[in-house]
Amino acid sequence: MSSGTSTWIAVVVTALGCYAVKLLGLSVPAGLLERPLVKRLAALVPIALLAALTALQTFGTTGLRLAVDARSAGLAAAAVALLLRAPFLVVVAAAVVVTAAVRAVAGL
Amino acid sequence: MSAPPIPTESSGPADAAPGADSGGAPSRSPRAQVVRDALGVGVAVGLSGFAFGVTSAGAGLGLGQTCALSLLVFTGASQFALVSALGSGGGPFAAAAGAFFLGTRNAFYGLRLSQLLRLPAAVRPLAAQWVIDETSAVALAQKDRAAARLGFTVTGASLYVLWNLTTLVGALGASALGDPNAWGLDAAGPAVFLALLAPMVKGRTERSVAALAVLLGLVCLPLLPAGVPVLIAALAAPLVLATGRAWPARKAAPGAVPDQREQDQRERHRRERDQRDQPPQEQGQQGQARQEEDALPHRRNGEAAR
Repeated sequence: MSSGTSTWIAVVVTALGCYAVKLLGLSVPAGLLERPLVKRLAALVPIALLAALTALQTFGTTGLRLAVDARSAGLAAAAVALLLRAPFLVVVAAAVVVTAAVRAVAGL
Repeated sequence: MSAPPIPTESSGPADAAPGADSGGAPSRSPRAQVVRDALGVGVAVGLSGFAFGVTSAGAGLGLGQTCALSLLVFTGASQFALVSALGSGGGPFAAAAGAFFLGTRNAFYGLRLSQLLRLPAAVRPLAAQWVIDETSAVALAQKDRAAARLGFTVTGASLYVLWNLTTLVGALGASALGDPNAWGLDAAGPAVFLALLAPMVKGRTERSVAALAVLLGLVCLPLLPAGVPVLIAALAAPLVLATGRAWPARKAAPGAVPDQREQDQRERHRRERDQRDQPPQEQGQQGQARQEEDALPHRRNGEAAR
């Protein structure tokens, strides 16, 4: 599936959709998107998506099961880095390094 | 790519996302300062394109597909979401839908930026591709139009060039790395999401949405095809919003709150609510002035909390 036509379809559809919303924001009259409910939803939907993605990619496996493995330790490290207000790159690096270390040592 | 919240909607530069701290620098800037802030953000976040390149290749996408994503989609969270959905066997449309919904926030950045930058119509289609978290954070932190335009352009250019170069290097290097999981690179995606999420989760509503979304996603994971649980989890936003509206409004009673940080948060929320309640036309007219007014008190609050 991944390198076939359907991946290209996903790439093109995502590219068109993401470009369209960027251009939309720059082009529409202010009143349209400034409605309170629309703004509120627009702020909350990314939160829902990001929270779910974080959890699913930390605990999900390719077999569609849940598992606690080295990634959980990596994410915990990223969380600590965030609490310490580390820069973006350091947060990601902390997760990667700790995950790799736990995996190498504990084989999780 | 990191996601500092839109300044008027949130706490302003003091609470900007990790990696954008320099970009959140206040509006006292001569041109050199603007350029330095913009480059700081552009370079730091641009380098994380490497993680995307490796992740994308690890998810089974070809070199052309990986580079096309960074060139054409150019909004990090959507890119990571798309490749991980495809990598776990999700259908192309479910995967694209998740990525698209994540990208919709850029429309709201664009709206703020169009008032601030006043770009000529001919430039808009080009500038649109650079309307993302980082460029918006830097541009909105500047005090006048010239500085905002400069900040937007320098952040956009440096980030676009670096993000695409490091994507290419990551995708090419992926095969040399062997199994990306052995290097812990499967943790890069969720760590990026967490870093984006952290500055957005400020109040009770935001926390409720995040918690409900996690719950919905994890419950749906074993039951539904890959890519769909994330879309179900997105329903947490309207659900929490609807529940919140059904309840009577909470009374903010700062005196009763012992914790300074919490007090600041309430204060902030009340101000946000007030702003939201203004009629739209008024908001449009005031846009820029309000942003300047708000930047200072917000920052002071943020510092007091620390």
